[in-house]
Amino acid sequence: MTDRSPESHAPEIDAHSGIETTGHEWDGIKELNNPLPRWWRFIFWASVVVAIVYWILMPAWPALPGMQGNTTGVLRQSDRSEVAADITAMKAERSALSAKLASVDAASILKDQGLSQLALSLGESAFGDNCAACHGAGGRGARGYPTLADDVWLWGGSLDDVERTLRYGIRSSHPETHTSEMPAFGRDQFLTRSQVGDLVEYVVALSRREADAAAVARAASLFEQNCASCHGATGLGDRTKGAPNLTDADWLYGGDRAAIQRTIHGPRNGVMPAWGDRFDPATIRALAIYVHSLGGGE
Amino acid sequence: MAARPNWLLRNHKIFEKHTFILLVGILVVVAIGGLIEIVPLFYLKNTIEKVEGMRPYTPLELAGQSIYVREGCNVCHSQMIRPLRDEVERYGHYSLAAESMYDHPFQWGSKRTGPDLARVGGKYSDEWQKQHLIDPRSLVPESIMPPYAFLEGRTLDLSNISADLKALKLEGVPYTRAMVETAADDARAQAGMDLDAQTLQDGYSALAGRKGSVTIRDFDGEPGEPSEMDALIAYLQMLGTLVDFKTYEAGDLQNQR
Repeated sequence: MTDRSPESHAPEIDAHSGIETTGHEWDGIKELNNPLPRWWRFIFWASVVVAIVYWILMPAWPALPGMQGNTTGVLRQSDRSEVAADITAMKAERSALSAKLASVDAASILKDQGLSQLALSLGESAFGDNCAACHGAGGRGARGYPTLADDVWLWGGSLDDVERTLRYGIRSSHPETHTSEMPAFGRDQFLTRSQVGDLVEYVVALSRREADAAAVARAASLFEQNCASCHGATGLGDRTKGAPNLTDADWLYGGDRAAIQRTIHGPRNGVMPAWGDRFDPATIRALAIYVHSLGGGE
Repeated sequence: MAARPNWLLRNHKIFEKHTFILLVGILVVVAIGGLIEIVPLFYLKNTIEKVEGMRPYTPLELAGQSIYVREGCNVCHSQMIRPLRDEVERYGHYSLAAESMYDHPFQWGSKRTGPDLARVGGKYSDEWQKQHLIDPRSLVPESIMPPYAFLEGRTLDLSNISADLKALKLEGVPYTRAMVETAADDARAQAGMDLDAQTLQDGYSALAGRKGSVTIRDFDGEPGEPSEMDALIAYLQMLGTLVDFKTYEAGDLQNQR
């Protein structure tokens, strides 16, 4: 690119089109200095104006040295204060219900149809988000995770019991958690392999199934020494220790011989987290009512 | 523009005729926007809000994060609860910048195929996490998450863990020299092996500014040398649990952004 024309302050007009040139010349071809279209210039300046208005209204400029923080704008918009306001509004909206749910005792909630309906719908959505991962949709349960829709309860099935379990968990990190630990009779070598085998037969016999009579007889004293303190002399279980009833057909980790053998060898001692810190009292109450309503509430 | 001497056009020639000057000119112009946006973040005190309880990952948790990234968990799971009512209701308090200040790389995102995991720590039991990683559909029949059963029993490779801590230390994560040196044994101690866990607990709790910040237990229920399952569960179980929101004041002017 060369510019052979001398520096001239007077605009040069292209003879052919009658339009001013820029004075730039490439091998004899000159560049016309057409103005930008009017619509384009209008949008450009409009954008500039919008930007300035935005700076005034919204948080826009980061802090310069000496400033406390970024500019907050006349509107003082902030996502965090908006969500805080949203949640305050939501709580206010639900406050009548929440206050009633948290203060009225459980039995009278069940009597009040409107209140129990609200509790059920609140409980159902909280259950879906938080509890269904283990206990299954509708509380159908899974191996290792108790079915909540039946009348078999490890730690009690009254509204108050369910609420307590929800609030503090089972073998959780909360200081008031339900806790108990079944020893690993096989793994920690409290019992020999044949003794565990005899106990398996004994437990099978407890749940009224065909079992090896000789093994059952051998295991009677073993059961009394090792198991009866929690599961009871007749195997009916103990809710204060979360010890399951061994005489029924419900099994948390399976009821066949291999599964029972595994449990006596090295029990799982399942954990449920404490939910009291995650939820407000009304949600805990609603969850308790929902779980209670699933089929087996006492 | 008729009669005005065209100053801009005449001087513009300098840029048009010298490629290098043009290049420098472009750099200067582009840098202005970047500088205005980025530079203040380095000197502003309120870029990362003040919260209590944050500490760097322990070696075991860090190994878990590496597995998390290696297996691409971040492709489907974000770790960022946005300040929106429905997210806060479902997942808990919105995520703070401070909560990812020791994340390299950070795990933010808005594409969620699975749920957000920013506050999954403590939500389920270790046993659940393990079973869910081995076979997600055994617990959640409608889940589309692939199984990660191979993590179980695969011994965790701790040969590089000290180097990992050292690299993060260079990036500004406040690990001490002792923490870097004992990283491998710290990881074993946290996974429940019979090693000195007190130094680990004291060191990291001091950084967190509160007691008992490190959870020490056998996460996968398999005694002995920690497995990859141990590391991943240790990581998942601490996500979002460090900051004590009872002491965090959202209304504080410094935190209103």
